[in-house]
Order: sequence, then C-alpha cells, then structure tokens
Amino acid sequence: MTSGLWELVLKGVWVTIQLLVCSALLAAAVSFVVGVARTHRLWIVRFLAGFYTEVFRGTSALVMIFWVFFVLPPAFGWQLVPLWAGTLALGLTYGAYGSEIVRGALNAVDPAQREGGIALSFTPWQRMRLILLPQAVPEMIPPFSNLLIELLKGTALVSIMGMGDLAFSGNLVRLALQESAEIYTYILLIYFVIAFLLTRVMRGLEKRLKAGVGKKPDSKTRAPEPVVVEAVR
Amino acid sequence: MNWDWSAVSDFMPDFWKGLLVTLQILVIGSLVSFVLGLVWALLMRLPTRWVTWPVGAVTEFVRNTPLLVQLFFLYYVLPEWGLTFSALATGVFAIGLHYSTYTMQVYRAGIEAVPVGQWEAATALNLPLRRTWTAVILPQAVRRVVPALGNYVIAMLKDTPMLMAISVLEMLGHARLFSQEHFQFTEPLTVIGVAFIVISYLASLLLRALERRLAH
Amino acid sequence: MPTDTLPNPEKNPARSTGELIRLEQVTKRFGDHTVLDHLDFSVDAGKHVTLIGPSGSGKTTILRLLMTLLKPDEGTITVDGEQLFPAPDKQVREVRKKIGMVFQQFNLFPNMTVLRNITEAPVTVLGMSKDAAEERARELLELVGLTDHLDKHPAQLSGGQQQRVAIARALAMRPQVLLLDEVTSALDPELVAGVLDVLRDIARSTDITMLCVTHEMNFARDISDQVLMFDSGRVIESGPPEKIFSEPEHDRTREFLSAVL
Repeated sequence: MTSGLWELVLKGVWVTIQLLVCSALLAAAVSFVVGVARTHRLWIVRFLAGFYTEVFRGTSALVMIFWVFFVLPPAFGWQLVPLWAGTLALGLTYGAYGSEIVRGALNAVDPAQREGGIALSFTPWQRMRLILLPQAVPEMIPPFSNLLIELLKGTALVSIMGMGDLAFSGNLVRLALQESAEIYTYILLIYFVIAFLLTRVMRGLEKRLKAGVGKKPDSKTRAPEPVVVEAVR
Repeated sequence: MNWDWSAVSDFMPDFWKGLLVTLQILVIGSLVSFVLGLVWALLMRLPTRWVTWPVGAVTEFVRNTPLLVQLFFLYYVLPEWGLTFSALATGVFAIGLHYSTYTMQVYRAGIEAVPVGQWEAATALNLPLRRTWTAVILPQAVRRVVPALGNYVIAMLKDTPMLMAISVLEMLGHARLFSQEHFQFTEPLTVIGVAFIVISYLASLLLRALERRLAH
Repeated sequence: MPTDTLPNPEKNPARSTGELIRLEQVTKRFGDHTVLDHLDFSVDAGKHVTLIGPSGSGKTTILRLLMTLLKPDEGTITVDGEQLFPAPDKQVREVRKKIGMVFQQFNLFPNMTVLRNITEAPVTVLGMSKDAAEERARELLELVGLTDHLDKHPAQLSGGQQQRVAIARALAMRPQVLLLDEVTSALDPELVAGVLDVLRDIARSTDITMLCVTHEMNFARDISDQVLMFDSGRVIESGPPEKIFSEPEHDRTREFLSAVL
C-alpha cells in the first residue's frame, strides 16, 4: 500500500473517532434523560420514556440512518451535515439501549437508600443527584463499556451513506488496489485496536468511580451484552 | 410532510419479498450462530491452551469489530481465494459467525450455571464424559440459555439490513431500490422502519411467553 | 422387602470378603490447609462404618476421595484389591463401578424423570437392556417406597422423596460400597426419619459395605459395626458404637458427643 492510501485510511480513522465521540456524547445524554425519566413518579413521563425506548430499540440502526439521511431533510426541510446526521441516528438508537442500563442500575440501588433520602426530606431531584446516581453510575460502567464497543461497530454503518469513515476508506482502497484481503484485514485490526483501547479506558474509569464509593471493580470482564433487549419486566 | 399512500401500496409487493429474505437470513443466521456458538463454547472448555487460545482470540476479534466490514471481507476476499458463494449465503454465514461469538458466551454461562453436584453425580454413576454432556449437562444448560439466545435473535434481526451492503435484497435493500426508481424515500423507509419495530416487539412478546413456559 | 434386588452374600459367592477399602498414607491439602495428613484407614467388606467428628475434620473428604471427586496429594487408595489411586483413567473407571454415592444435596438429574434417573447409568454404563433396567428400577423404588412417582421429575418431589430416589439410583448400579455423605442434612426435620428407615432396611438386609458421614447419632448407633471419630484429619478413636457412644476414651470424642447428643 502506498503512503497516499494510508493517508486515506488515517482520514477514515479520524472521521470514525469524531463520529464515535459525538454520538457517544449524544447517546450518554439520551441514556440519562430517558433512563431517569423511566423511574419518574408520573406515569405519563414513564410511559413516554418507555415508548421512546421501545421504538428506538425496536428499529435497526441502519434503517434509522437511512431515515435520518433521506426522510428528515424533505420532511422538515433540514439538510444535516453527514457527521450530524450520523451522530443523530446513532446517538438516538444507542441512547435507547443506554437508557435501559441507566434504569436498571437505578432500580438496583437498595430501596432503603431512597427511604433514607426521604427521611432526610430531600427533594426527589436531590435524592437522584446526591444518593441514587452516585451509587448507580459506577455499576453502569461495565455495561456502558460494552455498549460503547457496539457503538464503535455501529459507526461503520455510515460508510453506506458515503461518509468517509474507516470502513469507507477500506472500500476506496479496495477499489484502488483491486485487492481486498490485505486492506480489510488492516481495517478490522484498526477497529479492534480502537475497541481494545476503549475497553481499557472504561475499565480505568470504573476503577476510579468504584473507588469513590469504596468498592472493588468487577474482577471478571462481563459478557458483553450488546444491543440486546433485556426483556422489560 | 407529504405522505403518499399510493407509494406505500406500490411498495408493498417489494416489501413482502424483502421481508421473506429478511426472515430467511434471520432463521438460517440464528441456526448458524447457535451451532457455531456451541462449538466455540465447548472448544473453550478443552484443557489445552493450543485450542482455547486461538479460539478465544479469534472470537474476541470477531466480536469487537464491525459486522459490516466482516461482510465486506468475506464478500470480496473469499472469491479471491477461489471460494464463490452467493451474496445471500455469504451474508448469512457472516452474520451467523458474528453472533456465534455472542452465543458462545451465553452457552458458557449456561454450562457454568449447572450445579457442580450434577457433574459429581455423573461421576458417581460412572457416566462416560460424552454421555454426561449430552444427557445431563447440555439439556440443563440449554433450558437456561433459551431466553438469552432469543434476545440475540432479536438483536440479529436489527443487523440483517447490513446485508444490503453486499447487494442482498432484504427489506432495506428493496426499500432503497424502490426509492431510487420512484424517487420516493419517505414511504418505503418508514414502512420498513415500522416493520422492524413491529417484528421485534412481537418477537419479544413471544420470547417472554416462552420464558414463562420454560420457568415451569 | 425384595432382597433379591440387592447384593446378597448367598447369591453372590464371588463377592470378596475381608478387606475391601484401604487408604494408605493418604494426604489431601486444600491450598495451605492440610485436611488429611498421612491417613491410614481400612474397611472390611460388608461392614457399616460411620465417620463422626467436627465439621472440617476430613470425613467428607474421605468419601470424595473414594468417589474420585477429589484426588489425593499423596498416598494410595485400593478398593477390592485393585488400585483406585494412583491408577490410569481406564482402571479408575472400572474400579469406580464398585462404588456408589448418595449426596447431601441429592444431585438428581432435574431434566430426567425419576425412572430415567435410575435407569440412565445401568443402561449406558453397564449396558443393561432398557427393560431390565426399568424392571430393576421399579423394584428399587418399591424398596424406597416411591412406586407411584416413576414419571415425575425430581422438582415435583419433596426433599425426602428425592433423597430416596437418589438412594435407589445409587443402588441400581449394584455397588459393593455405598458412600453416604450427610444424606439427611439438607432435609426438613420431619422428612429425615423416612430416609433413615430406608437406609436401616438396606443395612440390615444386604451385605453392602457402607461408609457413612452423618450427624444423626442414633442412626449411627443403629446401623454401624464400627464408628470412627475424626479430628483434624486423623482418626483419634475407633470402635463399636456401644463403646464409642457410652464410654469414649478420648476427651475430644467426649466433647464432641456431648455437643451433638
């Protein structure tokens, strides 16, 4: 491979990382807003949040991407920059999965803690901010770590829309060289390295957060629970 | 927003064709992932590192890299190696392989959840190893893993549109083709979006019913 | 009582007499903790031997070593003149056929019916025909008083019934030695008697060698020919039950008995 082609791949890596960071931030915001809303005391808030989760988990990320690229612009007159269109589709979809993680972790906090907050006459928001979230967030990190890997894999989907990410650069190089084994092996390896680094970072984060509540991190790496619907109970 | 019902009815024949292909991918892909996942899980229990290390590394690699790129790899590289399959066959294998790296962990958890007393009873009765697996351990493990496997089938459903990228005409492939021919994007894309939501919702209801039955 | 379904000295003249089980200089460690320390120990054919002692004294470890669920760190184990440890796998499988075990937690196979739990091993290990195995299973179920439950699954039975099925399952293999590992510890108190009665019957009417770890001292007194008092991985006292229970020699035995009786 020539250095020009490598440059193409590096540009692809950069686009993938930008897209990953943006959509991860959006997904995190959606996860917390919707996840917390699902534990709200008003049924209508819970219902709307639950509806959001069901719809966005129910559909396919790639179909979402098509929808955001082709249906939103004529319908609402927006023409999004591809990066934002990709961020929107991925952030909303993976945010729905993330909201399940947030809800699960909040529900897993010992109910006595909530009662303790009531006894101290905290407002619901104070209880959430001062008691529930500090205990729940460290527990969310391992599943969020898995979700982040799934999101990384999901970013490759934008290449179908012609966005110049890592997967797309692989296709360009294949066309240029008329040879596929080598370039796709490199592309897969780069994704793997990024995934490995992300896991490392998340594990470090888990360690720090758990130290903050006086716990030890999980000794084993958990089985990744990817974009899997843990049936709502 | 302008919605054209006639575009919906024009698209429906293509939709059914696409749905059929999607379900084909899902059923065969699931079977491939169930079988391969079990093979990986059993290989990982062998006492020799010569097997567990490569199997562990390859499955870890496949699990942590995008299915889409794996599809490209198999679709473009296999013919270079003189192995030609249809796009559909390649896609089904790729998706089954990808998901087998998840199902293997489901099986592992299921096998590890069988109480150690069951192994001990099998030893006490002198059952041969193979018989212990087939008559005692696996039947109990499989019951435990059905709900988790079902969840992966639903997850796989939502990854089937990726096969469109290697020219398989499943639901999204048909929607795109129709859109390009008629220059109507909203209707076909919305129809299949709703279809995915409905199918995965029905599937999760079915799964919960199955789970309840297995719990007894 | 259909005693003909069980090993019987008159009908099995080939059966060995004299020493059946022998442990020589057996040591077992778990990490830094030595559970059995150069233990020598033997049991004669047809005897009913009860191991008593505080928990952690190594009683259960002996049963688990004999069942090959554990491997000793040192020493040799011989059963019926053939070495069980150290021995090649094939020989272990052969020798192990002479031994059956009943567990504290029953360990029935939950995916099989009661009948299949009992016939599974005779058919696949001993190569018995399915009919013969079922016939024998029925006789054994009659012996343990559970003929009405053949087609049920273990989860549908009470703990006491499950344990009786487990006894039948172990006997179906016609073992020479039956290992009983705290078989009533996991049972509700009102279910203990039924299980012990079955075991008393078996002890009385057969020549099967029994090695029993139990906290039921009355049961131990009833069925045992010999009682061994364990402490810290050693036999500190042994003898017939009358002697051990009424006039123990060792202080530790006296302490232990006054705590449990």
